[in-house]
Amino acid sequence: MAFSLSVNNKTYEVDVEAETPLLWVLRDSIGLTGTKFGCGIAQCGVCTVHVDGKPVRACSTPVSSVVGHEVTTIEGLSENNEHPVQQAWIENTVPQCGYCQSGQIMSAVALLANNDSPSDSQIDSAMAGNLCRCGTYLRVRKAIHRAAELTKKSEA
Amino acid sequence: MNSQMKMSRRTLIRSMALGGGGMMLGFYMPGVSAAVVAPKPWTTPTDGTEINAWLTIDAEGTVTIRVPHTEQGQGALTSVSMMIAEELDVPWDKVQAVFADMNRHVKNDNEYIATTTNGSRLVRQQHPHIMQAGASARERLKAAAAKDWGISPTEVVAKQGVLSAGANSANYAEFAAAAAELSLAEEPAIKTPDQWWLLGNPTPRLDVDVKVNGSAHYSIDTRLDGMVYAAVSCCPVPWGRIKSYDFDAVKDRKGVITVVEFKALEGKTSTTDMQNGVAVVADSWYRAKTALDLMPIEWDFGPNHKVSNESQATEASRLFKVAGDVSNEEGTDAIGKIDAAENSLTADYHRPYETHARMEPINATVSVTDERIDVWSPAQNQVSPMHVVAGHLGRDTKDIYMHTTFLGGAFGGNGGGSTAVTRQAAEISNKLRRPVKVIWTREEDVTHDKQRPPVHIRLNASIGDKGLPDALFSRAVWFTHEGVESHGPATADVAISNMPYAIPNRRHERHNVAAHIPTATHRGPGVNQNGFIIEQFADEMALAGDWDPLEWRLEMTKGQEPWQRVLLKLKEVAGFTTDLPKGEGMGIAILEDHGSICGTCATVSVNQRGQLTIEKLVQVMNSGYMINPLNGSEQMEGAACWELSHALSGGLDLREGCFMNTNFNTYNLMRMPQMPEVEVHFALSQDGWWGGMGEPAGPPSPPAVANAIYFATGKRIRSTPILKHDLSWT
Repeated sequence: MAFSLSVNNKTYEVDVEAETPLLWVLRDSIGLTGTKFGCGIAQCGVCTVHVDGKPVRACSTPVSSVVGHEVTTIEGLSENNEHPVQQAWIENTVPQCGYCQSGQIMSAVALLANNDSPSDSQIDSAMAGNLCRCGTYLRVRKAIHRAAELTKKSEA
Repeated sequence: MNSQMKMSRRTLIRSMALGGGGMMLGFYMPGVSAAVVAPKPWTTPTDGTEINAWLTIDAEGTVTIRVPHTEQGQGALTSVSMMIAEELDVPWDKVQAVFADMNRHVKNDNEYIATTTNGSRLVRQQHPHIMQAGASARERLKAAAAKDWGISPTEVVAKQGVLSAGANSANYAEFAAAAAELSLAEEPAIKTPDQWWLLGNPTPRLDVDVKVNGSAHYSIDTRLDGMVYAAVSCCPVPWGRIKSYDFDAVKDRKGVITVVEFKALEGKTSTTDMQNGVAVVADSWYRAKTALDLMPIEWDFGPNHKVSNESQATEASRLFKVAGDVSNEEGTDAIGKIDAAENSLTADYHRPYETHARMEPINATVSVTDERIDVWSPAQNQVSPMHVVAGHLGRDTKDIYMHTTFLGGAFGGNGGGSTAVTRQAAEISNKLRRPVKVIWTREEDVTHDKQRPPVHIRLNASIGDKGLPDALFSRAVWFTHEGVESHGPATADVAISNMPYAIPNRRHERHNVAAHIPTATHRGPGVNQNGFIIEQFADEMALAGDWDPLEWRLEMTKGQEPWQRVLLKLKEVAGFTTDLPKGEGMGIAILEDHGSICGTCATVSVNQRGQLTIEKLVQVMNSGYMINPLNGSEQMEGAACWELSHALSGGLDLREGCFMNTNFNTYNLMRMPQMPEVEVHFALSQDGWWGGMGEPAGPPSPPAVANAIYFATGKRIRSTPILKHDLSWT
């Protein structure tokens, strides 16, 4: 079936089965490989993208369900790493292997959109769905606090 | 000035990752097929002059360093670049890194000397030849300038990218071409640590920028024109066989192309060999995977379908009563002394199978043509898949082109153990003569990972004068693949048989039992499981003699400077005490792994219902030297998380010959809410020896936590996962 999708403010026409997970449409049909495959059952969070600004696990989101909605992936966050969350990630040298970081960042951006100064425990619960095997959790948490500061500064 | 040179360093590094170098070739650029068959795909991203295989310098003074090691999160790109920049003496913001060309390495008789990233050995063991490459380039530049200026090379100073002597001054770039032509009468010695200007400083890694915007490419991200996709299922009980499969049931599904059966070679059961299985090939991975899921397959599980954690535990209990191979013996008659002692103790410990579960599921892409073969594979040593593919298809290794990408974790699991998938991709591509990408599902990845072997250990000790142990006996039973262990039989009781503690009479035995489950190295091999055991038993021995655990370790390692240094620092910074209210506890552990000694103090709280919170870890590391304390701290935090993940809630559930918990809903790993605060300290001996950094901080974390749990609850936790135990108290 043909679907028209809006991803990072661009329109893409794809021809896939209706139940195809958004993840594989992004990676294989459209070529946006920044969103990763990790578990296929919405347990690890490496495939986190936004649908209308809300975080979803692309591996478990049928493509048919996002028609008419705006999808944002890691590639759509900024042109040149200017997003405050990306800046905070760079300042805190968060990534190690880096594979989970697209998902971590997309979850963090969604958290900060709803809560401009989250506490440690609010960060923990918002990020609990994002696994990292390198163990960058402490730096992720620190970077989210920093991103909150940077966001406030840029808005001030 | 060309356009690339106008970019900031940040953009430069990014453009390196996106536009040039072997690692990027053929991902998504237009005309990719043409690029793939180009005879020399590995050109540097800038048009710099090559001084030696390790580096080029371009007209603007940008130094491109070719890194032969993989980057799986441990900082190889940055470490290698720092070591070369240190010797070359160039401004760090003029340095960029690319992955070196493995085809050139093989053709030029192992030009880069070492290409693997494992065993925490990159810096500690390979700094001499890596720094040498930088020093040699620097001296050549000096010699070239000296020749031009008509003076002696000793009069030329090379500093921060500038050559100078009296009134003469030039950028390195001006003499790069001449330097490349020169040969030195004698190669220079590398710098001693007191001469470092860059090494030893906290330095952010070079690959951060590309890892915050999705542009860092991993093997799994490979996309080629005309590429097809394969999903694979091998017998859930390793080395079982296919009875039948019904491709007709799925062959008419949209996008499905063909089916390929894999056969394990008779007698071939090495961890790099292929299992019996089947792949469905389609025009997208999701279509291939869906068809595979729907295709009826009947397995013959073979003779191992009754093996379970329980059957292995029964076998271990039996072998506890049977003499094993002696790993190490000191003093005399440890067993007799324990039998005769008034104050003795015994305990059985156990660690189960654990899987690597690096976040990037195992995958490979191979493109076979008559002229050449191109390979993308997340192997820790990028030369291994070249040999594997050459051997499997009967081709010349020199015609195989490896495209190095970032690795989405590896942790010892992407050594030889990851090469079965490369064989699968090679076999399919050879058959179809099209590029093919094979991706294992997470379930396939866990089922057919090369697991960390399980271990059962019985310990006995007797307490003598001053309350200190005078004899120790251990008998280890561990289950490795076919009984053959690539990392050596001593790994069964490493950290125990070579303990630092001065116990006068010791005997250590092991049973290396053959099992059908493939096993391999796993971050901190052997020490990762045995550390939990010996460092708790150390506390058991200390307490049996009425000693404070920290003072006991200081007493028992007297005269061993590297250990004393760590323990004294830990005493200074951790505030360790056994005098805390019930429900709160602190625990100490110290272990050697990969040449480094790491001590950890854990603080925990356990409420009466048994809920555990790890409040804090204080880690003290003695790695001899330290080239980048920022990366060192990152590795130490990460290693602690890694080990605690397995110790708290890991553990593979082996039943009926195969694993039952093969995805993250049932194989539980540490998540952010469980991650304790980590405080890192360095206590470096700096007296001539070098230790590793990627692994050694992991193993002390679980025993430190378990020792703390003992003081909080009075319960000694002798097996993992810890969270399966009842930790409640009254």
